[in-house]
Amino acid sequence: MPVPRGIGAPDSTQMYGGEPVGPILEMKGITKRFPGVVALSNVNLVVQAGEIHAICGENGAGKSTLMKVLSGVYPAGTYEGEIHYEGRVQKFDSIRDSEEQGIIIIHQELALVPLLSIAENIYLGNEQGKFGIVDHEQTHRRTVELLAKVGLNESPETLITDLGVGKQQLVEIAKALSKKVKLLILDEPTASLNETDSAALLDLLLGFKAHGITCILISHKLNEISRVADSVTVLRDGATVKTMDCRETPICEDTIIRYMVGRDMADRYPQRQPNIGEIVFEVKDWTVFHEQHADRKFIKGVSLNVRKGEIVGIAGLMGSGRTEFAMSVFGRSYGRNISGKVHLRGESIDVSTVSKAVAHGIAYVTEDRKGYGLVLENEIEHNISLANLPGVSSHGVIDSGREFAVATDYKRKINIRCSDVFQHVGNLSGGNQQKVVLSKWLFSGPEILILDEPTRGIDVGAKYEIYTLIAQLASEGKCIILISSEMPELLGMSDRIYVMNEGAFVAEMPVAEASQEKIMRSIVNAGKN
Amino acid sequence: MNTNVEAIPMVAEKTPFASIIKKNLREYGMLISLAVIMIFFQYQTEGTLLQPLNLTNLVLQNSYIVIMALGMLLVIVAGHIDLSVGSVAGFIGGLAAVLMVEYHWHYVPAALICLVAGALIGALQGYFVAFHKIPSFIVTLGGMLVFRGLTLALLAGQSVGPFPPEFQLLSSGFIPELINGEGLRMTSVLIGCLVSAGLFYAAMRERANKVQYGASAEPMVFFTIKNLVFAVAIIFFSYLLASYKGLPNVMIVMFGLMLIYDFVTNRTTIGRRVYALGGNEKAARLSGIKTDRLSFYTFINMGVLAAVAGLIFAARLNTATPKAGVGFELDVIAACFIGGASATGGVGKVMGAVIGAFVMGVMNNGMSILGIGIDWQQVIKGIVLVAAVFVDVYNKNK
Ligand SMILES: Nc1ncnc2c1ncn2[C@@H]1O[C@H](COP(=O)(O)OP(=O)(O)OP(=O)(O)O)[C@@H](O)[C@H]1O
Ligand SMILES: [Mg+2]
Repeated sequence: MPVPRGIGAPDSTQMYGGEPVGPILEMKGITKRFPGVVALSNVNLVVQAGEIHAICGENGAGKSTLMKVLSGVYPAGTYEGEIHYEGRVQKFDSIRDSEEQGIIIIHQELALVPLLSIAENIYLGNEQGKFGIVDHEQTHRRTVELLAKVGLNESPETLITDLGVGKQQLVEIAKALSKKVKLLILDEPTASLNETDSAALLDLLLGFKAHGITCILISHKLNEISRVADSVTVLRDGATVKTMDCRETPICEDTIIRYMVGRDMADRYPQRQPNIGEIVFEVKDWTVFHEQHADRKFIKGVSLNVRKGEIVGIAGLMGSGRTEFAMSVFGRSYGRNISGKVHLRGESIDVSTVSKAVAHGIAYVTEDRKGYGLVLENEIEHNISLANLPGVSSHGVIDSGREFAVATDYKRKINIRCSDVFQHVGNLSGGNQQKVVLSKWLFSGPEILILDEPTRGIDVGAKYEIYTLIAQLASEGKCIILISSEMPELLGMSDRIYVMNEGAFVAEMPVAEASQEKIMRSIVNAGKN
Repeated sequence: MNTNVEAIPMVAEKTPFASIIKKNLREYGMLISLAVIMIFFQYQTEGTLLQPLNLTNLVLQNSYIVIMALGMLLVIVAGHIDLSVGSVAGFIGGLAAVLMVEYHWHYVPAALICLVAGALIGALQGYFVAFHKIPSFIVTLGGMLVFRGLTLALLAGQSVGPFPPEFQLLSSGFIPELINGEGLRMTSVLIGCLVSAGLFYAAMRERANKVQYGASAEPMVFFTIKNLVFAVAIIFFSYLLASYKGLPNVMIVMFGLMLIYDFVTNRTTIGRRVYALGGNEKAARLSGIKTDRLSFYTFINMGVLAAVAGLIFAARLNTATPKAGVGFELDVIAACFIGGASATGGVGKVMGAVIGAFVMGVMNNGMSILGIGIDWQQVIKGIVLVAAVFVDVYNKNK
């Protein structure tokens, strides 16, 4: 133990900042069932006060479910087991109950109201003022303080829609801080953040720790965990596998992986021999104006080409316009006054609607699976066939046997964890939903596959499987465009990398010459000019 | 990735029978409620409800609501609503009367013109909803007023009738008896038997298909009992109708449309696309579905079905009146929601809407026989609507 043990204190108690502290939270024998699925079976979790406790596990291991049990999303009585928090057994009936006790959860899917301002969101349900009359001045002042604490440089009046995901994440944290928080739970907070933003967020957590706030951090990014976590609990298939203390011996990522997937993983990226041919896909002078502010040029004359069998990466910061660029090419799904040309095998093609783009063999796997990717109330199999209904039907009549076979095939191939393909996608874990979106577009049989953050929220094992799939598609001669905020992923998978900044490409380099520093430098340099 | 998976419970729970019952209870909950309501009124009215004459009337009275509910279901699943159907049905009835009675048109071209007019009305409203993103509630609220007014204008405030006798047959006719002229209409019984055998066969084939491609199907015993009950019920009702005048023509139209729409929503790509559109429009559009056009089509379809309903209603009354169709939209929309459609779109079943329509119809009919005043009838219907949706939503959240 790095901290000296207090005299006469019970065994599990440590001295921290002069006060005796022990476990702030103990979850004992938690079992949670859904119709047909046991999501958690007899899970135990002990979190010491004042630590950063990481929870790892594959997609569908039950991490989010465990946190929902803890925070009262699933009320007492709908699960078995006990929750001891601050020395007492707690039976939370709702999120409000747990919030009153200082347990604040930030969910995997952000829950902000897009058309309200930052200040309004932070104090939603907790409005400042008296007798139901909102005190705007006080709200404003406090929001400014909170935003300063989380290091977000925005006016409290800014609407949420105008913020990128990274900044929205900070607003969520500011919202958590506006309540008296003792135990902060973050479910994959950095999944949609780039390295810089992630690092800032982790520093923020370390700062909270110094103030005595306990954190539970769920993440698939193991490097982050080894950086900030004091202890790590690994879940597998709804059961606790191991809790490790990282203060004595720094934890190594491979150990976590072994516990997560139950075996060793030699490589994070598959070996591949790129077999690159002639240019197949070209975008020329692509210019797009902002969807709301029609006079704002958002994408500024971007040109890109992809060769046969090539994986082309697009690097850039959050909000640099990568998604908007991809979506505007994919059937003008974003923006207005779009100009520019798209060539396929040297011939100009019309991609003015999504169906035309799909007909030319273009597929776009969105980064926003809930908003743009899935029909949550529909079955897995219906989601997978949606972009290629002709592929499972004849004369407009669906062959349910074929549809089932296709869905089951993808379920097996990329390991979608579900009871069967008739399950509604809304009930899947985040990572497994991502796999459904991916399956949908793989089934459309694309020639040009645009992947926008394809491994967001996906565990290490499944990532490897998806990378293998991408590599295989490339070796079949498909063109891949990979948009990612994870630089190691870009460097590990791409053959060539474009760097985007403020709607323009500021650098292009073969992967052999690329490095994290070089990419960052080109962004920073572009910013200076 | 499959290491150790067997060791740890991520498996389906082992209570297949109970869970099958539960699943079916939810799926057939509405059908069971309908049966319960029928038994209740059958008992309360001392057997009047299921008397052949009354049963025939029940079918005739509800046919136009059922037919409009088929179209409304698609509109609602697509995420819209159509408040104008009652007015449109009234307007089309008026148009039919003007053409046939005042201008002495033959009933075939007149009816065709009416269907085209219904399609145009649907297209007009759908155009604003689908391509200009005006909320359907507003567009069709406007449509409701416009077509009510136009009906009045068209009929100059008068009732116009009677219709040519051939046209009346649409609503008051029965299928011809081919086997014996007197007593029990054997043709009708025969058709009932054939239909239930056909449906049974279709269900068997679907199950066999499922088993073949390896999806889990319900146990044979359960499946057989369930489908036998359906078959017997159909034969029983056709027997009851046969002991009066046989199967009404309208019923054949209604039943045919029901089967078609059930098939379209469950088995065709266009049906699938409508569900996706209502479930998540953005995702549907990014999957290459022409969402605007699809919304537009659902309104055209609704317009045509409202026209069919308008013709049937006019033929039944044998006159067109300016007040025809008032309040129909409420029954039609209620039928869809009672039948399990979701107000936010993406969810709903054709058969649910049909059952919902009959729930409303049986209650209307039963309460009238019991002599309950129109005042309390409305109160009770309103309560049933909210209660049905409440139970549905409550079950889903549990
Ligand atoms: N409402 C629900 N109904 C049915 N099954 C559910 C429901 N919610 C979760 N599950 C199932 O419980 C399991 C655990 O899901 P959970 O969301 O906790 O996974 P997770 O560890 O957070 O995964 P990820 O890393 O992908 O976010 C999954 O198999 C999921 O399908
Ligand atoms: Mg999760």
